[in-house]
Amino acid sequence: MVPLSCYLLLSGVLFACGVTGFLIKRNIIAIFMSIELMLNGVNLSFVAFAAQWGALSGQVFVFFVMVVAAAEAAVGLAIIIAVFRTRETLNVDYVNLLKL
Amino acid sequence: MLHLLLFLVFGFACVAGAVNLLVQRHPINSALSLVLVMGSLAGEYLLLGAEFVAAIQVIVYAGAIMVLFVFVIMLLNAGEEERTPGSRVALVLGLPGMLIGSVLVAWLLLDRSPTRAVAAGALKGDPQTIGWLLFHNYLLPFEVTSILVLIAIMGAVVLASQPRMDASTKKEG
Repeated sequence: MVPLSCYLLLSGVLFACGVTGFLIKRNIIAIFMSIELMLNGVNLSFVAFAAQWGALSGQVFVFFVMVVAAAEAAVGLAIIIAVFRTRETLNVDYVNLLKL
Repeated sequence: MLHLLLFLVFGFACVAGAVNLLVQRHPINSALSLVLVMGSLAGEYLLLGAEFVAAIQVIVYAGAIMVLFVFVIMLLNAGEEERTPGSRVALVLGLPGMLIGSVLVAWLLLDRSPTRAVAAGALKGDPQTIGWLLFHNYLLPFEVTSILVLIAIMGAVVLASQPRMDASTKKEG
C-alpha cells in the first residue's frame, strides 16, 4: 500500500526536473523534451488522483493530454526544423528573432 | 510490500532518467533517458490499475513521440550543447529554484495532505471501461481531438516543407 502523497511527490519531482531542464538547457530539442517531462509528471498526478477518488475521468483526461502532447510534438518539431533551416543552429541563445 | 518495492524501483528509474536528461549534453542521450522515464511511468500506471493508460503511454509516448524526437535529432545532426553566458545564468537560477520547489512540494505533500493509501490496481482502468467512457460521456471532446490531430498534421507538413518563395527564386537565380 503506497500512500497517494508518494505518487504526488514523484509527479512533483518529475515536474520540477522538467522546469529545471526548461531553464538550464540551451538546446532547443532538449528544452522541448523537458516540456514532455512536465506533461508526464502532470499525467501521473491525474492517474493517482483518479485512483484516490475512484473516478475514471482522470484516466480519460490523461488520454486527452497525450493527444495534445502528440500534436504539440509534431508541430513543435516542425517549427524546430524550420528554425534550423534558417538559422543553422539549435542553440536558443542565438535564436533571438521571431521572424523565419 | 511488493507494491511498495515496485513503486520504489519504478520511481527511482523515473527520477534517475529525469536527472540524466538534465545532466547529459548530447540530445540523443537526453532522448533515450526520456524513454526510460516514460517506460517506468508506464509501470507506475500499471501499479495504479490504469492498464489502458499504461499501454498508451508505451505505444504513443515511448514509441511514436520519442521516435519523432530521435528522428529530428538525427535529421538535424544535433551535436553537443555549447555553453553560453546565458546558460550559466540559467544554471545559477534554475537549480536552486528546482530544489526549493521540490522541498516545498515534498513538505506540503508528506506533512499536510490528508490522503489515504491506495491498494495496487484498486481502480480498474481497462480498455473496455475507458473506451465506453470515451464514446459516451466524452464523445464530443474525443471527436474534437481528431480535428486537433488533423490540424497538427497539416501544420507540421506546412511548417516543415521548404518555403515555396525560396525555391522559386533559387530556380530563377
